[in-house]
Amino acid sequence: MPVLVLLLSFALVPINALAASSVNFDDQIITIALTQEPPQLNSMKATDQVSGMILPHVMEGLLRYDRRGKVVPGVAEKWEVTRDGATFWLRKNALWSDGKPVTAHDFVFAWRQALAPNTASEYAFILYPLKNGEKINKGEMDLTKLGVVAEDDFTLHLEFERPTSYFLNLTAFTTYFPIREDFFNQKKDQYAADATDLLYNGPFKLVDWVHSASLRMVKNDMYWDKDSITLNEIRADYITEDTRARLNLFIDGKIVHTRLDGETYKDALTQRFRIRSFSTGSVFFWEYNHREGRPTENVNLRRAIQHIFDADEFVNKVLGTPGNLAGKSVFPVWLQGVEGKFRQEYPAPLPELDIEKAKQYLAKAKQELGVDKIPPLVLLVGNSPTAAKQAEYMQGLLKQKLDIDLKIDIQTFKQRLAKMTSGDFDIVGAGWGPDFDDVMTFGDLFASWNLNNRGRYNNPEYDRLVRLAMDSLDPKERMDAMGKLQDIIFEEAVVLPQYEQGVIYLMHDKVRGVVRRVVGADPDFTYARVVK
Amino acid sequence: MESTYKPKASDFAPVKSNVHGEQISRPSLSYWQDAWIRLKKNTRALISLYIVIGLALFTLVGPYLWQVDPALQDLNQISQSPAWPKTSILVGPYQRFTPVVLDDFPAEPEEYLENIPPPENIRTSEPPTTQHVRLVWDPVGGAGGYNIYRNQRVPEGINDLGLPLGSTLGGNEVSYEDRLNLESRNYYYSIVPTDGFDESYEYQTLEVTPKLAITFNEAIDRGLIGPGEDRELNSEIELEFHPFGTDYLGRDMLARLMQGARVSLFIGICAPFLFVFFGIVYGGFAGYIGGKLDQFLMRFADFVVALPFLLFMILFKIAFGIGPGESGVIPMLIALVILGWPGTARLVRGQVLQIREQGFIEAARLLGGKNHYLIIRHIIPNTMGVILVTLTFAVPAAIFTEAFLSFIGMGVAPPTPSWGSMCNEGVKTMLSHPHELIFPAVFISITVLAFNLLGDGLTEALDSRMRSRE
Amino acid sequence: MLAYTAKRLLAGLVTVWFIATATFIAMHQVPGDPLMNDKAVSAEIRANLEKKYGLDKPVVEQYFIFMGNMLQGDFGISFTQQNRKVNDIIRDHFPVSATLGILAIVFATLGGVLWGALTALYRNRLPDIVIMFLVILGISVPSFVFAALGQLFLVNLNSFVGSSIVPVAGWGTIMHMIMPSLVLGLGTMALLTRLMRSSMLEVVNEDYIKTARAKGLSPTRIFFRHQLRNAILPVITVLGPQIAAITTGGFVVELVFAIPGLGRYFVQAVQQLDYTVIMGTTVFYGAFLVFMVIIVDILYGFIDPRVRLK
Repeated sequence: MPVLVLLLSFALVPINALAASSVNFDDQIITIALTQEPPQLNSMKATDQVSGMILPHVMEGLLRYDRRGKVVPGVAEKWEVTRDGATFWLRKNALWSDGKPVTAHDFVFAWRQALAPNTASEYAFILYPLKNGEKINKGEMDLTKLGVVAEDDFTLHLEFERPTSYFLNLTAFTTYFPIREDFFNQKKDQYAADATDLLYNGPFKLVDWVHSASLRMVKNDMYWDKDSITLNEIRADYITEDTRARLNLFIDGKIVHTRLDGETYKDALTQRFRIRSFSTGSVFFWEYNHREGRPTENVNLRRAIQHIFDADEFVNKVLGTPGNLAGKSVFPVWLQGVEGKFRQEYPAPLPELDIEKAKQYLAKAKQELGVDKIPPLVLLVGNSPTAAKQAEYMQGLLKQKLDIDLKIDIQTFKQRLAKMTSGDFDIVGAGWGPDFDDVMTFGDLFASWNLNNRGRYNNPEYDRLVRLAMDSLDPKERMDAMGKLQDIIFEEAVVLPQYEQGVIYLMHDKVRGVVRRVVGADPDFTYARVVK
Repeated sequence: MESTYKPKASDFAPVKSNVHGEQISRPSLSYWQDAWIRLKKNTRALISLYIVIGLALFTLVGPYLWQVDPALQDLNQISQSPAWPKTSILVGPYQRFTPVVLDDFPAEPEEYLENIPPPENIRTSEPPTTQHVRLVWDPVGGAGGYNIYRNQRVPEGINDLGLPLGSTLGGNEVSYEDRLNLESRNYYYSIVPTDGFDESYEYQTLEVTPKLAITFNEAIDRGLIGPGEDRELNSEIELEFHPFGTDYLGRDMLARLMQGARVSLFIGICAPFLFVFFGIVYGGFAGYIGGKLDQFLMRFADFVVALPFLLFMILFKIAFGIGPGESGVIPMLIALVILGWPGTARLVRGQVLQIREQGFIEAARLLGGKNHYLIIRHIIPNTMGVILVTLTFAVPAAIFTEAFLSFIGMGVAPPTPSWGSMCNEGVKTMLSHPHELIFPAVFISITVLAFNLLGDGLTEALDSRMRSRE
Repeated sequence: MLAYTAKRLLAGLVTVWFIATATFIAMHQVPGDPLMNDKAVSAEIRANLEKKYGLDKPVVEQYFIFMGNMLQGDFGISFTQQNRKVNDIIRDHFPVSATLGILAIVFATLGGVLWGALTALYRNRLPDIVIMFLVILGISVPSFVFAALGQLFLVNLNSFVGSSIVPVAGWGTIMHMIMPSLVLGLGTMALLTRLMRSSMLEVVNEDYIKTARAKGLSPTRIFFRHQLRNAILPVITVLGPQIAAITTGGFVVELVFAIPGLGRYFVQAVQQLDYTVIMGTTVFYGAFLVFMVIIVDILYGFIDPRVRLK
């Protein structure tokens, strides 16, 4: 039977752990599911969430995040930051997984490479605080001109392009991770393509990577702080985007963690699981197109919509999952202000729900636009079911309250991006996740030079305030500027905040110490342990 | 003897035709009449035919009888199961909730207790309605905040409190407003104090049954209160009737099924008709002309057949793109036609080649029939049987393709519903709201089934070997 | 025979070229930009990316470059999984889809023949009615509904038994494969059952069955030796196209059961507009199907002596 032989030979190709349980106390092993295959694990170029979760487990930057989300010493033992630059002293016992020490040269190499124009890293901008970083990235200067030098193997000195108050937070970011030159050159294009094509200096190392199927991380014996690590192994045996499949795996005791959505949480409730919630720190909003000739360029039209959109109803009835906060500002509640939380020091102005006022603004808008009826607006969204649902809600709302027709433009990922970039929309469903722990990660979003300002909002006053906050090291001055930005965004109805994302999830009750965080690896299993 | 007979002139007159000779005792039956008779004898096929007619009525006439806007959202009635009309109380417009923050109580705990006692005296500050449930409770010493949970049954312990709704950030903030998808049913709210970071192991639970409520303005907007009609607050009002329930945005399922039928059946019927038509023209032409051109045309059809169907369906669907506000039905139709025609073309060509050689064509040609006359009058009608059967089987296939594309998120664009996209939505909630899956799935199944059985019946009825002989 | 095979293979190659060209044209019609991502990048970086993937060249030149590489069996490097060769992706994930497809076909054929024979044997009696009802269900319910129900069934089964005997998702062992391939094969099984039933009923009235009966052969012998063997022929003819339908139609099952098959890659690639992966998978699948059909045709010539290969 050739068919049978063929069958058996195929069946033997991918072998997973045979029906293992999700937790193992004796060996301290946990099993998880990933939502998708990491597109790549090259720290210079990684942009997605899955890589963002895995990389900090297996690599480490100068600094790292602790259990409570504060930056603490990583490869660097101590440091000194001034207005013009910084010096980091590296610990001598930080080793690569092949036993060689992590040196200052590895950081210099990684940062230069990430900025090199032919690397074409999408996250290169995060290295722009380094002197000449932007010019090098644009190909105007040689790599060696980067303001970073290894004074010796364990001393790294760098110069800033401009004062950067939040630089320490950046050093924990994946793009700032070290890469060893000899290893990289040896692997060339193959670098980070497989488990053996990477060097690790983090708490874990990748030992097995079956693409699209599974990925295994085991404790790294070379890690300098290995005594703080309890888990011996993290197995990602399943890769699926389907939340129902993941819930089924959880019910079946195969994985320790899964995120729930509006549909699956009801089933989790009937199974009597403890449901937890967590704020991802991302903000979602309807972004208007401010380009010339678009109806949404008109501020009164935007204000009219602002006066009928009930973010509270949107969160409670349309999103329908607990944990989301009604959007009031593009600055989420968790951001730090001068001393306390930014949003407590600078409360977001509350939009009022007033249909009469909305109609007045609409009448004004029609007058200014010289039309009897607002032409149909195009609402661009992605092709996920939730995006469609939100768009349908908006469509119903505008039609029922303001008699504005909304055409929903549902596009797959790349098509949506192309349309966002070319400005082929009136309103687009957009979101922003923080790259680092500072208001600036949200603040410069609508600056005229920011390429992610897809609506091309252009306000000199806004730009001025952003620059002010960028160049200042005085927390009060910076926050005041940001507070003003928040007011401008509200007054001008630059965007319409929808919600601050919260997720609900299930975590195995025998697994403790898993950290959910807004910036950095999420979920972070580094300090997790299995209890009896 | 004069025995020879002398023929008379009359003997050479034509014989009168014998009226009683061979006679067709029954009216002659055309091919189609005969097929119809036999189809009528096939009960299953006949029932299927009635179902198909019923579906057509449902799609075309239905919306005139059930005049509900399929796009109208009713956020007061999300994911309702089929039920009789519900009554609701009228309430005033929604007022923003101001949290209760006590001035004379510390926000931060003064001392960190090992275990903080649960808050006492949980109550609702206003009558609970599906618009909002507002909870207040007495502050507890040592609390730096409270977590609020909601469950649909009595909690059995600290791990069974249900949904984490939210938390308050201070021991003196002792209220919470819940507006999350409230239904008129029993809820068990549990309050767990925290020291600002860690949760206590103690909780207190309150049972609340919110009343179905609708705001005054909304009732007017939805036409539940007629113009000039005077209604008092807190009076009862009958909500819209949703005989098949509602979907995840509170839209009427029956209206959406009707509109979805338009899309699904439009694609399901139009696409096969179009590609069969194209196939007939192409295959008929190739088959009739024959020779080199036939070879070339058929080679091309072979190429198209070789394209992996679903892969190209997805690719084409994306390549045609959907503009804003478009449903994407037409691109899907075009893609189906592009990929579907070669099958029919091959089939028709085979038939034509066969028929072309038969005697009656030769006879017709000898009688002076021109090419186009031969094709239209003789060849095409004789291939009709096969074509009709192909058509009935192509319908379910097209409906399935649409459903499949909708499932992987590349089907028709919302808000346009199709049965496939409704199924896709329904699969996600199949445990909590089975009706959202069952209805569209049943409609797909019935349609597919009806066309399949009808196809079977037609195959038998049109098979000339089975012509009734009596 | 040899000439026939050679002719078919040559035609197959031309067909593959046609598929590749059609894919290339369709793919470049897709609006959007494969190089864009969540974060906007500057014009300089973009230019570098374009150069890296050869998108800076005219489309016609890209076409010839691609065809040249394809002739050498090289599909290039994935756009989204930036360090993986498309060849590696196919090598790693096609066997999974193929295993799933073959198992599904095996299930479908065994089931179809068995049920079909059974229904014909018990014509219009209870087993016939029950099986035909199930068959009708099988052809009229979309596969994603079955997939969801199948997984749900496993979850309930496992919680009923108290241990997870059958994994609800994932891939690796035989146990992982049972439910997905059953679900995948269900539609085909229903089709084959119907086909088998009618073909069995037709065969019953053939002269050689009457002869066999007149000779006094036992009913079992007639059933197995004469009836089944002859009735199975039409079933084999439809297997070729069905294999095609199943191997490419595995997306839904692969998605729901978290199976690392090639179908999932394709859907993802289309979403991400990953040019090389779209080209690679489509051309590979196309070639696979073309040669599958050729093989089935040739095999059919061996099985059925009435068919002569020309």
